[in-house]
Amino acid sequence: MWKLKHYIKPYLLTLVVVSGLVFLEVMSTLRLPDLMSRIVDEGIALGNVGLIWRVGAVMLLVASAGVACSIAGSYLASRASSGFGRDLRFAVFSRVGQFSPREFGQFGTASLITRTTNDVQQIQQMFHMSMRMALRAPLMAVGGVLMVVRKDAQLAVILLALIPVMAAIIGFVVLKGVPLFKGLQTRLDRLSLVLREQLMGVRVIRAFNKGRDEQERFQKANRDLTEATLRVSRMMITLMPLLGLLINFTNIVIIWFAAQRIDAGVMQVGNLMAFLQYTMQIFMAVMMLSMIFMQLPRASASAERIVEVLHTEPVIKDPETPSTLHSDRGVVQFEDVTFSYPGAAQPVLSGISFTARPGETTAIIGGTGSGKSTILELLLRFHDPDSGRITLDGVDIRHLSQRYLRSRLGYVPQQAVLFSGTIASNIRSGKGDAADEEVEEAARVAQALGFIKERDGGFDAEVAQGGTNLSGGQKQRLSIARALVRKPKVYLLDDTFSALDYKTDANLRRELAQAAQDAAVIVVAQRVSTILHAEQILVLDAGRIVGQGTHGELLRSCRVYQEIVASQFGEEAV
Amino acid sequence: MSRQMSGRGGRGRGGGFGPRGIGRPVEKPKDFKGTVKRLAGYLRPYRWRLLLVLIATILSNVFSILSPRIMGQATTTLFDGMMNRLQGTGLGVDFAAIGRILIMLGSVYAFSTIFSYIQQMVMVGVTQRTVFQLREDISSKLAKLPLKFYDSTAHGDTLSRVTNDVDTVSQSLQQSVIQMITSLISIIGVTAMMLSISPVLTLLTMGMLPLSVLISTLIAGRSQKYFMRQQNILGDLNGHVEEVFTGHRIVKAYGLEQDVRDRFRQVNDELYDNGWKAQFVSGTIMPLIRFVGNLGYVVIAVVGGLYAARGAITIGNVQAFMQYSRQFGMPITELASIANMLQSTVAAAERVFELLDEEEEPADHPQALTLSEPQGEIKLSNVSFGYEPGSPVIKNLNLDVRPGQLVAIVGPTGAGKTTLVNLLMRFYDVNSGVISFDGHNILEIKRGHLRTLFGMVLQDTWLFEGTIRENIAYGRPGATDQEIEEAAKAAHVDHFIRTLPQGYDTILRGDASEISQGQKQLLTIARAILADPVVLVLDEATSSVDTRTERLIQSAMARLMEGRTSFVIAHRLSTILDADRILVINEGEIVEQGTHEELMAKGGFYAELYNSQFTAATA
Repeated sequence: MWKLKHYIKPYLLTLVVVSGLVFLEVMSTLRLPDLMSRIVDEGIALGNVGLIWRVGAVMLLVASAGVACSIAGSYLASRASSGFGRDLRFAVFSRVGQFSPREFGQFGTASLITRTTNDVQQIQQMFHMSMRMALRAPLMAVGGVLMVVRKDAQLAVILLALIPVMAAIIGFVVLKGVPLFKGLQTRLDRLSLVLREQLMGVRVIRAFNKGRDEQERFQKANRDLTEATLRVSRMMITLMPLLGLLINFTNIVIIWFAAQRIDAGVMQVGNLMAFLQYTMQIFMAVMMLSMIFMQLPRASASAERIVEVLHTEPVIKDPETPSTLHSDRGVVQFEDVTFSYPGAAQPVLSGISFTARPGETTAIIGGTGSGKSTILELLLRFHDPDSGRITLDGVDIRHLSQRYLRSRLGYVPQQAVLFSGTIASNIRSGKGDAADEEVEEAARVAQALGFIKERDGGFDAEVAQGGTNLSGGQKQRLSIARALVRKPKVYLLDDTFSALDYKTDANLRRELAQAAQDAAVIVVAQRVSTILHAEQILVLDAGRIVGQGTHGELLRSCRVYQEIVASQFGEEAV
Repeated sequence: MSRQMSGRGGRGRGGGFGPRGIGRPVEKPKDFKGTVKRLAGYLRPYRWRLLLVLIATILSNVFSILSPRIMGQATTTLFDGMMNRLQGTGLGVDFAAIGRILIMLGSVYAFSTIFSYIQQMVMVGVTQRTVFQLREDISSKLAKLPLKFYDSTAHGDTLSRVTNDVDTVSQSLQQSVIQMITSLISIIGVTAMMLSISPVLTLLTMGMLPLSVLISTLIAGRSQKYFMRQQNILGDLNGHVEEVFTGHRIVKAYGLEQDVRDRFRQVNDELYDNGWKAQFVSGTIMPLIRFVGNLGYVVIAVVGGLYAARGAITIGNVQAFMQYSRQFGMPITELASIANMLQSTVAAAERVFELLDEEEEPADHPQALTLSEPQGEIKLSNVSFGYEPGSPVIKNLNLDVRPGQLVAIVGPTGAGKTTLVNLLMRFYDVNSGVISFDGHNILEIKRGHLRTLFGMVLQDTWLFEGTIRENIAYGRPGATDQEIEEAAKAAHVDHFIRTLPQGYDTILRGDASEISQGQKQLLTIARAILADPVVLVLDEATSSVDTRTERLIQSAMARLMEGRTSFVIAHRLSTILDADRILVINEGEIVEQGTHEELMAKGGFYAELYNSQFTAATA
């Protein structure tokens, strides 16, 4: 939690003011029993009715001041904690925005989402609670003790004896209870996991007739959870009444000793009454503190996870003084590029060299996991090669700013990704200032105009989050239109046409060839039929280029290519 | 039953206030009474224990209500002693009386604690057993539900019913129900005690009540509004984060970082605006209620003091009264929040019961068969089926497959190919017509047995959290390591497995991102190979595997399919050239059937489909 101090700093002043307000509120609460004791000892005992009225009025004032402080404190604390949460959330979001796919892979997308949303929320709540309660409880406890000592120092010694016992109980809760609670969470997660698997895999489970085994698996998880819950609950159930009993017996002891002091004339009954109330307040405060302690591990786990994100430096960085391109033609060159994913024993790509020229199509073909898509990702600088270099128009892409580099590229991924908004806004995300005509032209080339016109609202038709209200083929065409609208120098198409039917596919290819006339097109392909006319085909096998040339050349010379062709067209095609 | 009487519930107060869930929106059940009755059914086995809980709760509360009165007696005795001293009567504190009173007080405390302990210990056992049973019931229910249920409900929803909803029920049983009893007893007991001390002071205390209820309802209404809005904005924000993080490659590739950040900042600011208001408004409820409490405290101190000064009330009773007035205010505010809590509990229970009421798969006929020597002869006669009534997916389908034949099913997407698999394996039952296996109507064969006759590899791979070894051996428990590895080799995935850090013992996690879709498909093929079924069903089994690897597997597949009835549903036509029979399905009907050569010669739908995939093959 401490590591987040930087984000607390702007609210330091508020924090101080809130502390002051809480202090005043606590003082007012503590003052009331004191005033009450005057009513008893001076008013009732001496029959002084006027004093009772006067003290009553003061009590009313004190109580009002207390509630005013409390509400003012609540106002400031709410603003500060929400502001803190807002700042932290933004910081985490911005940091994640700088991450390259490598950091995304390291954390996992789901985990990053949780960290930005739930974890920040958790800490924000903890921060708020700290301001309102964590401050109040110790103040209350200390103030209560001071008042008790002032009322009757000798009697207060009894409370001293109570402190180690209370500390022991709270220590027990923190040391024993927290791990138990954690264990509970693990078991709950386990139950969810088992259930989720059963929901997702129902076909396979039934096909293999494993229903009974799965039910037993669930039962075991269920039993574990039940037992853990019982353990935790029983501990709490035993502990809480013990604490209650402790405080009640303390009362009895106090009354007994107070009786002797009253008999000796050194104490008054009103003071005893106040004393008992203070004891209760101290007790409540300590209880509150231990509750906060219980919350702490959860919040600090959240803080830990956020700090982890904030302290992770993205591996891909812009150069300090980025270069710019002198010519803007779109010549891409890979020079002996080798790349492996972190921790992998074998490189995904090794010794890759080729040149993609404007006006030409370079196709990449090869088996699952042969590293085809990785080539595109390297050019996009989602990763940096281990060795070798990649140039765009003769400049090493590491010398360009990422933004500048990517603004030259039109990337269409294998899985179309759309954002919530409208059809137009999705296409326009390729070029923010594109005119309506440009958007329409891009849609036309991408063969998307037909279905867009059919939708309610046309280009302004809504796109749901993740594009779930569009079919796979429609998403793919919009994803292509997005690349087209920016008229890039280099097109990167990753197996882009898989969800399209034959006719659309053919039309799109024809139009695309025309639109991309002056650009370099690098296309990752599955089907040989789609790359027959490519100027250059790279055949990838296990991360190496095993063939390079046109369809005709490769058909003659490259064994892997022959196998691919045979697998798709039958032996007679080779 | 829970759905019949909708629109009843909605009792209790609408506004949420009190210590827990301050001012947060409350959910309302559709059929309050019916659901409560049904929940009570779960508790029936424990009725004697619950009676014990009830008695213990009452006793514990009675004792705890008595204690301030007794403590008050001690104070009065002390006060008399003090007054004696002041008046110089020579008499001091009556220690014998104090001793008696304190011993009494101690016993009352002890009894109260013991009974409260008994109550909670018994109750937690009852609660946890009930909840355990509830989850078990759901689990066995899920096993009996037809595939239709799984296909038509969101998994997250079902998951939330088993975890969150059951959890709510559990907490509520443990706390709210008892608290409600406690509160009721407290209100009655405390009122009685207060009245016995001073009707006038009681009236004054009661006078405070409307004030605190008013404050709570007024503020809770406002705070609910803010919380609701905050919830919506939070939803927007989470949606945005999810979208941006999942699509981060596109965000980067198109330099959208700034746009995305601006949008985030906007929603984040909105969240802040609403968040602090919700927090603040709900945060004023407790101080204000405390203030009302303090107000009562002052009033009692003053009025009680005036009475005591006249000797109309003992000082101990004033002290006791102060404690009672606190104990009185608390359960009243608490009752309201408990009422809310109970409502959401009943709503949660209702959702669980809804799940338990889903229509089940019809049970196997008592005389259902198991085939001792299955051959794999499959016959479909006039089979019709639709997922929704009125829109048939398969119409009057007839098919006769002899043992050992390889049948390929092709056709455009949505033509009903996968539906055929659903029907064969009885994931769904036919609407009309008969499917028979070795001459027996499959409706007369034990469902579990029928399914083990089929080995299935689907497009959607499913692997569970466990080692690769366990995943492959799923269909054949007790398979030796050697058998497992042979199956993996046949599926051409052995090499890949060995490149993983722990080889066959590598644990696959839910979102196994280090393993590609194609590799997952190979693992499931290995699983089917090991299971050694009578009939093999491959539904787009190699759709994510590249064509070259696919060809390598095909030799293994060919061996696997030898002498086995096999159904192959394929997107890529190259994989099915050797089929004994190719069925071309379009719009639920077989439009053509025959071997590849026959169909090509015919020059119909199939030939067109084939040519569209292999166009310009010899360019």
